[in-house]
Amino acid sequence: MANDDTFLLDGVAVPFNTGQTILQAAHAAGRYIPHLCWHPDYKPHGSCKLCTVKIDGRLASACTTPATPGLRVENRTPELDEQRRTLLQMLFVEGNHFCPSCEKSGQCLLQATAYELGMMGPHFDHFYPNRPVDASHPDVLLDFNRCILCSLCEQASARDGKFVFVMGGRGMRGRKVIINSATGRLADTDFSLTDHAASICPVGVILKKRVGFIVPYGQRKYDRAPVSVADTQGDEP
Amino acid sequence: MTQTPLKRIAIDPLSRVEGHGKVTLLLDDHDRVVQARLHIVEFRGFEKFIEGRPYWEVPVMVERLCGICPVSHHLAAAKAMDMIVGSQVTPTAMKIRRLMHYGQILQSHALHFFYLASPDLLFGFASEPAKRNIVGLAAHHPEIARKGVLIRKYGQEVIRATAGKRIHGTGAIPGGVNKSLSADERAALLKDIYAIIGWSREAVELVKHLFETHREQYREFAHFTAPAMCLVAPSGALDLYEGGLRARLSDGTTLFDHADYTRYWELIGEDVKPWSYMKFPFFKALGDAEHGWYRVGPLARVTLCDFIPTPLAERERKEFLAFDDGRASRATLGYHWARMIEMLHAAETIKELLHDDDIVGQNLLASGERRTRGVGVIEAPRGTLIHHYRVDENDLVIRANLIVSTTHNNQAMNEAILAVARQYLDGQQITEGLLNHVEVAIRAFDPCLSCATHALGRMPLVVEILGADGTAHDRVMRDMRGVCRRDAMKASQP
Repeated sequence: MANDDTFLLDGVAVPFNTGQTILQAAHAAGRYIPHLCWHPDYKPHGSCKLCTVKIDGRLASACTTPATPGLRVENRTPELDEQRRTLLQMLFVEGNHFCPSCEKSGQCLLQATAYELGMMGPHFDHFYPNRPVDASHPDVLLDFNRCILCSLCEQASARDGKFVFVMGGRGMRGRKVIINSATGRLADTDFSLTDHAASICPVGVILKKRVGFIVPYGQRKYDRAPVSVADTQGDEP
Repeated sequence: MTQTPLKRIAIDPLSRVEGHGKVTLLLDDHDRVVQARLHIVEFRGFEKFIEGRPYWEVPVMVERLCGICPVSHHLAAAKAMDMIVGSQVTPTAMKIRRLMHYGQILQSHALHFFYLASPDLLFGFASEPAKRNIVGLAAHHPEIARKGVLIRKYGQEVIRATAGKRIHGTGAIPGGVNKSLSADERAALLKDIYAIIGWSREAVELVKHLFETHREQYREFAHFTAPAMCLVAPSGALDLYEGGLRARLSDGTTLFDHADYTRYWELIGEDVKPWSYMKFPFFKALGDAEHGWYRVGPLARVTLCDFIPTPLAERERKEFLAFDDGRASRATLGYHWARMIEMLHAAETIKELLHDDDIVGQNLLASGERRTRGVGVIEAPRGTLIHHYRVDENDLVIRANLIVSTTHNNQAMNEAILAVARQYLDGQQITEGLLNHVEVAIRAFDPCLSCATHALGRMPLVVEILGADGTAHDRVMRDMRGVCRRDAMKASQP
C-alpha cells in the first residue's frame, strides 16, 4: 500500500498506511508513544490509557485512533506525561509491585515506563491486595500480584487456541485474570511454555520457572536502552 | 514475687549502630547494677513473608534484610538453594562467590572499624560527642579516615563487579552465578589491590598500637568468658565461605569440630524471651539458653582457626594471640583487632582470586538432583549466618529459619553490657560519656542490629533512671547532632 500520507506527531511528520492507528504508525516510524496494553502483534483495546495523546486538542487513545492525513498529535507534552504518571501510580498501588525482589525487574514494561516518565513515588495509598501465586504448573509460575490487566495473555492464549486466560470479575478490586480450568489451577490446563501466551506478559506475572535473575545487571533489556529507545528499535514490548 | 528496690536505666535507642535496640539496666538500692538487657524492639518478619515465594527469588529478597552486609544473606540463601537444586557449583561460580564475599568482608569491616568504632578508640570513650564520629575522624585523623573510606570503596567495587551492584546485587543464583568477571573488571580491581593490602596492614598496626597504649583498659573492658563458634576449612584454616562448624569452650575444650552445618539443629537450639524480638541460640550440649550461650564473629574465628591461609594475616594472628599473654585475644575489644586481621586476610584473598583465571570462566551454573531442604551457612562479617529453607514440589518456600550473626551474639552482648555497667556505672550519676561505654561494648560485636531485628532507624538516645516504683529520677537526652540535655520526665513502664 502506498505510504503517501502523514500526520504530525509533536510537530514531526509521521508517514502512515491506510488502516494504521496513530500508535502503529508512530511505532513503525521509530517514534515512542508510551503504552502498556498495546502489542504490535495483537488487536488494540485501549484499556491502559497510557497512550493517550491530544489530537487537534482532543484526548484520544493512540492505539485505537486511526491515523488520518494532517492530524496534529501532541504526545510527549508535560501535561500528558503528568497524566500518564498518575495512571502509572494508580497501577502500582492497585497491585503488589515490589521491584527490588521481582525477577522481571529491568525487563518489565511497567517499571521501564515509570522510569521513562519520571515517576518518583506511588503518591496514592497502596491497596495491598491479597492475590494468589499459582505455582502448580511444572514450567510456569503465575504471580498475579503484578497483574496490570492488560489482557494480552487472554489474546495470546486465544491465538494459541487454548483460551487458558480469561478476563473475569467486576469492578476496581474484582477484575482479574481467571485460569480457564475446573480447578482454576494452571496445572489443570494444557498450557505450555511454548505457547505465545507464555512470553507475552509485559510485567512479572507469567514467568518461566527456575531462571529468575539469570540475566545480570547491565544486560537486562532496559539496562541496555530505556523503553523509549528499545520500543522504537524493533524490540517487542 | 517479692518487690525489690531496683532502679531501671534505659538506653533507647542505641546510637552508631544500625537497627533499633535499647538497653535497660536494673540497679539495686546501692546503685549497683544487677541486670543488663539488650532489647531488640523492632520486628520485620522476613522468615514469614518468604513463605509462598519461589525459591529462586529468595537470595535477592533476603538480602534486603541489610544494607551493610546484604552479600552475606545473598550468599547464605544461594548456598541453601544450591542444595535445593542439587548443585555442586562450578569452580568459576565458587570463586566469583568467594570474591564477592571477601569484598563484602573488606567493606563491612572497614565500615565497622573506621566509621563506627574507631572514633571511640581514637578520641576516648567519653570524649566530646560532637567529635566522636566519622566527621570528627576526618577532621582530626584525615589520613586514617581517607584510607578507611577507600578500603570500603574498594570492597564495594569488588561486590559491584561480582554481583552487579554495590548494594543488593543479583550475582549468586541457585546453582551458581549469573556473571563472571570481564577482563576489564579484573584489571581494574588488580590495579588497586596492593594499596588496599598495604592500608589494611596499617589498620592492623593501628589497633595493635591502641592495645599497646591502653593495655589495662582494653584488657578489662566488658570482659567475660564464653564458648565460641565458627566455620573452619577441613584443614582447620580460617574460611569465611565454606567449612564445618567448630565450637570450643573458653578453656579450649572442643565441643564439636568439622560438624556438618546442614544439620545445625542437632547442635544449636533457639530460645525466646518476652523482652526481645531477637532469639537466644544455645549449644544443646550445654543444656539451655541460660548455660549454653556462646559468641561468634571475628574474635571467635581468629582464635578458633588453626591458621589463616594468607601469610600477612597469619603473621598478625600469631602476634595477636601472643599479645599480653593471650589476654587481648580474650578481650571484648579484641574483636576489633581480630576484625582488622580478617580485613587484611580478605584483601590478600581478593588478590589471590584476582590472579586465578577461573574468575573469567564462563561455566557459571550447575544442577543435580532436586531436594526439598536447603541449609546455607557462611561466616558473615559479624559471625556465623545460618539460612534454612524447605521448598515444596511446586518450587515455593514453605518454611524459613534464619539465625543471623547478631542473634548468636545476643547473650554475649548482654554479658558485655553487664560487665561495662558494673565497671563504669555502679553508683554513678549518668553522663553521656558513661552511657557511651555501654555502646562501645555493643559496637565491638556489631554495629548492625538490623539483620537481627530487621529494623532501620535513626539513633537519638534517651536514658532514664527510674525508681523501683517507676518514679523518674533522671533523664538525659541526646539528639541526632549528639547534643545532650537533661530534663525531668514522667514515669514510664518498663
